[in-house]
Amino acid sequence: MDVLYFAWVRERIGLPREKVETEAATVAALVDELRAREDRYAAAFEDLSALRVAVDQELTDFDAPLAGAREVAFFPPMTGG
Amino acid sequence: MRVVVQEAPFDFGAEAAVFAAGRHDMGAVVTFTGIVRDLQGGGLEAMEIEHYPGMTEKALEKITKEAVDRWSLGDALVIHRYGRMEPGDQIMMVATAAPHRKDAFEAAEFLMDYLKSRAPFWKKEFSAESKSWVAARNEDEDALRRW
Repeated sequence: MDVLYFAWVRERIGLPREKVETEAATVAALVDELRAREDRYAAAFEDLSALRVAVDQELTDFDAPLAGAREVAFFPPMTGG
Repeated sequence: MRVVVQEAPFDFGAEAAVFAAGRHDMGAVVTFTGIVRDLQGGGLEAMEIEHYPGMTEKALEKITKEAVDRWSLGDALVIHRYGRMEPGDQIMMVATAAPHRKDAFEAAEFLMDYLKSRAPFWKKEFSAESKSWVAARNEDEDALRRW
C-alpha cells in the first residue's frame, strides 16, 4: 500500500510517500512495523497523540482496520483556515 | 456549492460579487477571508501551506455539503490556497448565502471551525531566525464541540 507523510512527519522520516508491503491488520500494527525499521521512523511515531491518520483519504483512528486499504497517511493535527 | 483548492491568489472582491449577484430569495450573504498574519513583533518572511491533494478536496466538499444541508443554504463557496504566501496575503475565503442572516453567519462559522482542524492543511512559518510548523491550538479543537 502507499504510505504518505505530511508536514513534520514527512521531514522527520525524510520522504513524502513510499510503498510498504505489509500484512498489518490495523493502523497501530502498521505503526509498530514502521517504528521497528529505523530510528527516524521511531522518532516520527514516538507520540501517537501528536499524530493523526487517514485511511484512503478519510480521517480515522489508530485502531482502524487496514483490510483493503490502498493509502494510509500520517500527519500532525491540521492547521487550515 | 463550490470548493476550490489552488496555489494561485484569488480575487476576493470579484469572488464575493459573483457569489452575491442575482439572488432574489437569499436575504443574507456572509463572507470571511483569512489573511497571513505577521508574527508578534514582526519578522515573518513567508508562510508555506502544505496540503494533501485529493483528501483536501474531499474533506472540504464534505464539510461544505454538511453546512449547506444543515442551514438550508442557497449556496456556499470555499476557496483555500496552498504554497508560499507572505504577510497580508489572502489564504482562504468562505461565503454563505441564506434567506436570513443568522443561518448565513452560523454556517460560515461552522465552515471555518471545521476547516481549521479537519481539512488537511499544515502551515509552516519562516522568519530570519527560524522556521517552524504552526501548532494546532486546543481552542480550535474545542470550537468543534459547539456544533
